[in-house]
Amino acid sequence: MEQLIPLIPLFPLIGFALLGLAGNKISKPVAAIIGCMSIAVSFVLSVMVFNSQLTTDHPTTVTLFNWIEAGSFKVELAFLVDHLTVIFLLVITGVGFLIHLYSVGYMHEDAAHNRFFTYLNLFIFFMLLLVMGNNYLVMFIGWEGVGLCSYLLIGFWHKVDEYNRAANKAFIMNRIGDLGLLLGILLLFTHFGTLNFLDIKANLSGIKGNNPTIIIATMLLFIGAMGKSAQIPLHTWLPDAMAGPTPVSALIHAATMVTAGIYMVVRSNFLYTLAPITLEFIAITGLVTALVAATIALFQNDIKKVLAYSTLSQLGYMFLALGVGAYSSGVFHVVTHAFFKALLFLAAGSVIHAMSGEQNLLKMGGLRKKIPLTFLTFLIGVLAISGFPFSSGFISKDEILLNVYYHNKIYFYLAAIGSVITAFYMMRLLMLTFFGSFRGDAVQESHLHESPSTMTIPLVILAILSTLGGFIQLPEVYGGHAYFSGFLETVAPAREHPDIALELKEWIILGVTSIVLFVVYYYTRKLYAENKFEGVYSGIKKVMANNYYIDEIYNACINRPLNALSNSFYTLFDKTLIDGSVNGVGKIVNWSGDKLRYLQTGYTGFYMFAMVLSLVIFLIIGLFNLI
Amino acid sequence: MFPLILLFLPLISALLIFMLRDTHSRGIALGSALLSLAAVLFALNTLRLDPLNHNLNFSHSWISSLGSEISFGIDSISMIMLLLTNILFPLILLSTYNREIYKPKGYFSLMLIMQSALLGVFMAADGLVFYIFWELALIPIYFICLFWGGEGRQRITFKFFIYTLLGSLFMLVALIMLYQHSSNHSFAIHDLYAAGKSMNFQQQAWVFWFFFLAFAIKMPIFPFHTWQPDTYTNAPTQGTMLLSGIMLKMGTYGLIRWLLPMVPDAVSAYSTTVIILSLISVVYASCIAIVQINFKRLIAYSSIAHIGLICAGIFSFKAEGIQGALIQMFAHGVNVVGLFFVCDIIQRNTGTDTISELGGIRTVNQRFAFWFLLIMLGSVALPLTNSFVGEFLLLNGIFQYNAWFAAIGGLTVILGAVYMLRSYQSIMLGNNSANTLKFAPLKTSETIFFAILSVIIIGCGVYPKIILDIPALDVLKMVTR
Repeated sequence: MEQLIPLIPLFPLIGFALLGLAGNKISKPVAAIIGCMSIAVSFVLSVMVFNSQLTTDHPTTVTLFNWIEAGSFKVELAFLVDHLTVIFLLVITGVGFLIHLYSVGYMHEDAAHNRFFTYLNLFIFFMLLLVMGNNYLVMFIGWEGVGLCSYLLIGFWHKVDEYNRAANKAFIMNRIGDLGLLLGILLLFTHFGTLNFLDIKANLSGIKGNNPTIIIATMLLFIGAMGKSAQIPLHTWLPDAMAGPTPVSALIHAATMVTAGIYMVVRSNFLYTLAPITLEFIAITGLVTALVAATIALFQNDIKKVLAYSTLSQLGYMFLALGVGAYSSGVFHVVTHAFFKALLFLAAGSVIHAMSGEQNLLKMGGLRKKIPLTFLTFLIGVLAISGFPFSSGFISKDEILLNVYYHNKIYFYLAAIGSVITAFYMMRLLMLTFFGSFRGDAVQESHLHESPSTMTIPLVILAILSTLGGFIQLPEVYGGHAYFSGFLETVAPAREHPDIALELKEWIILGVTSIVLFVVYYYTRKLYAENKFEGVYSGIKKVMANNYYIDEIYNACINRPLNALSNSFYTLFDKTLIDGSVNGVGKIVNWSGDKLRYLQTGYTGFYMFAMVLSLVIFLIIGLFNLI
Repeated sequence: MFPLILLFLPLISALLIFMLRDTHSRGIALGSALLSLAAVLFALNTLRLDPLNHNLNFSHSWISSLGSEISFGIDSISMIMLLLTNILFPLILLSTYNREIYKPKGYFSLMLIMQSALLGVFMAADGLVFYIFWELALIPIYFICLFWGGEGRQRITFKFFIYTLLGSLFMLVALIMLYQHSSNHSFAIHDLYAAGKSMNFQQQAWVFWFFFLAFAIKMPIFPFHTWQPDTYTNAPTQGTMLLSGIMLKMGTYGLIRWLLPMVPDAVSAYSTTVIILSLISVVYASCIAIVQINFKRLIAYSSIAHIGLICAGIFSFKAEGIQGALIQMFAHGVNVVGLFFVCDIIQRNTGTDTISELGGIRTVNQRFAFWFLLIMLGSVALPLTNSFVGEFLLLNGIFQYNAWFAAIGGLTVILGAVYMLRSYQSIMLGNNSANTLKFAPLKTSETIFFAILSVIIIGCGVYPKIILDIPALDVLKMVTR
């Protein structure tokens, strides 16, 4: 099994290299086959590795070579495969493959089709490195690598300046987080003398809780997670990231990239457990992000923007779970979210495809009958994310809420309100898109069509996964056996909670959720399906619709001051002060030379006079012992 | 043996170029540069097998009354610089292909003389010889800038010449002070080391600052940098490559070879001051790079920022920091030469290097866009590229010195991305401007140049041991002493 492990990232890398070298010399179908097959092979290999991990509790390490070695610093290019890794491997390659497959249909008319698959393969490669590294620095390769790929893919249509700006923003914002992560890594190395996950874990025995070094290190690492997983205040790049083709959004939001932050915190759970303060901070950040993003999503009129903010919000829930110490619940939500968010984005892509590129919800409506399969799958996605009983989203979110309940009741109520808002904006999205009457123009209406099968097959598979995916961790009350958390227990210990009245509470949650969903359904149906909504917002709604003006605030507080500072550095300091004084010294030398020149008059008489004068002066000095 | 070959090969070729016709100049220069590369690779192999091999050293009595010998030595630290010089030289010469060179005889022979002088600086094992080669290197580049440079070159070149000359005069004073203190009145490097250590703190401080001034101007770091952007912008492309790729490493190499081991007390007393200056360089130059409207000037400022981090890493006096500095000097040389070549191609095709007058080049020349992207990624230190290893190790060294310093130096991670990505976007992406509509496909020589460069960028990033392992032991010896 060990030999197979390095092959998992190798195949996407080979795919990337082949596609990159061949460029447009190969036809689109060939490129699509290479692109999809490389991921498919990786997926099969991942399943095999997963199977081998099912029977063992021991992590497998595969070392390729010493990567960086200097002084006492040494780090290997090595892989670590344990229960946490294999879960991510399956999600990345599995959902990743479906997204590749979908892209075959979605991108087939794009001139840069081959380039698209090149980038996608590279993206998967870096994401695999991220979750497979056996130390923080290999993880960091993947970490920055996915940042690069998101940059390339967000700015995929590179002629549009707005997209390029979104790409730059994603990369730079990620880098702000990366600096935090990098400093955290340096601190860990300085403290532990190693960056290997397992070695650090083994060296923790003597360290007590709330050790300041551990707190600072975990905080720094979490700054990295905030950048990559788009948590407030480093979140503004993610809504803009939908500038790329829709499959990219699915890839970034569901299977890869944004889940990196969750992975990193769970991977470092041995550190975070020692730093309750950081965990509390994570929980609060997650909660705030979950709520703020949900309120913003309520007032978005772009189909992809609603989904983008819903991703922020769901990521908030995952971090909330990690913050209360329920690591496996967080990872579980990553998995189910990967299913239903990929489904929602791909279905949204199918809608956009049908609408000839239109993304504005106000121009849609009544699409239910025109694109029935897309509607059905989208509906399943909406139900899952809204927490419809026994859908995957219900089960994973229910588990998070339960864990939050035991941690802090206020957090619980806030999180519960958040999930009601989630149901609301998702239902609104559904109604605006598929119910009511069509609001687009006649040309769009005449072009309405269901997508090709390469696009709908992934939708159907993801819909099934979104429905049934939760059953791997069905609570015991409903007859489940919690396979998932049991499986993860070797990596991240499960949170212990007293199960008094657990059964009753579960049934209450089930009942309340169902009632809330039905209320929301009828309310939104009344509001949106009958076109009784406002397109333009004012007051607090306007603030929410505009992302609380956070972009504008950043612009005013960071971008402009930085530019002004740089400009003053350049013109005031560099040109005037520093270079001015350098030139000034030169001028003084020139000037004094110019003046001294007059002493060389060429008249012998003057020289004689000067000589005598000097002699007299020296004589006087000598006589009176002046020196 | 090796020092003599390395010094004389370029000189003889320069002579040959002078004697033969103009049309042969470029070919001879490139051939000579390749032979030099081969020689340095042989030397590397010898060094690996036996670091004390007598072929790596050369000395001959010279001015015995002064206690100075013509003495050269190749050790693992200078080997990095020799490798850098002799790998970059063929590339720099390759970058002249498909271009009209005015008076090629003079141009190419000056470049080869420059190579000889640079190698001399990196091999010198005698204070006086070091000083002579240090100054010697200035002469060919002065003429290259003066005769082949752009508009206003007289004034700019003159300033550059006087400024760096002034710095070296201070170094000469420091060398004489050390010489006065040496027990047997000798300029040999080990006698000077001993002399430096025997000095009291006050004397060490003088030597320290005099040396530092010379090196700081050469690198350059804040606030001694104002000659640099003008000179880089004005010099011919190859001149800029020589200056930024190799010549500024004379300064950082000088720190490691001459300053750090020479006056240890002063180093430990003033390292914080120097690191602060270097970090100011990093942030200050990065910020200025953000608002540059001229791409060449932007690269010039980014170079100041990168060198600042190297200097800070050296003064952390940790094995990680100095190893990082060495590999980063190598990586920076490669990347900056690549960037200036990119700039050269853009300027040749569009007639401008003003960022706002460009745009959309990617649409007309995808390959060029790819190479540029790759070099840019190297320059922003993405993992698996050469400069990530250097940057990480430098920050590691600085972090061990002082965590806050590392946080400030780390800002380069963000700011570097800001100015590189912004300029890449304005130059390469978006819609075409009138200047970029016609952009010729890359010539074979250009493709070869980029291909070699990217092999180095990725190769050193994936398997950095190939460079890192060379000086490992000597650096360790240096910091533990």
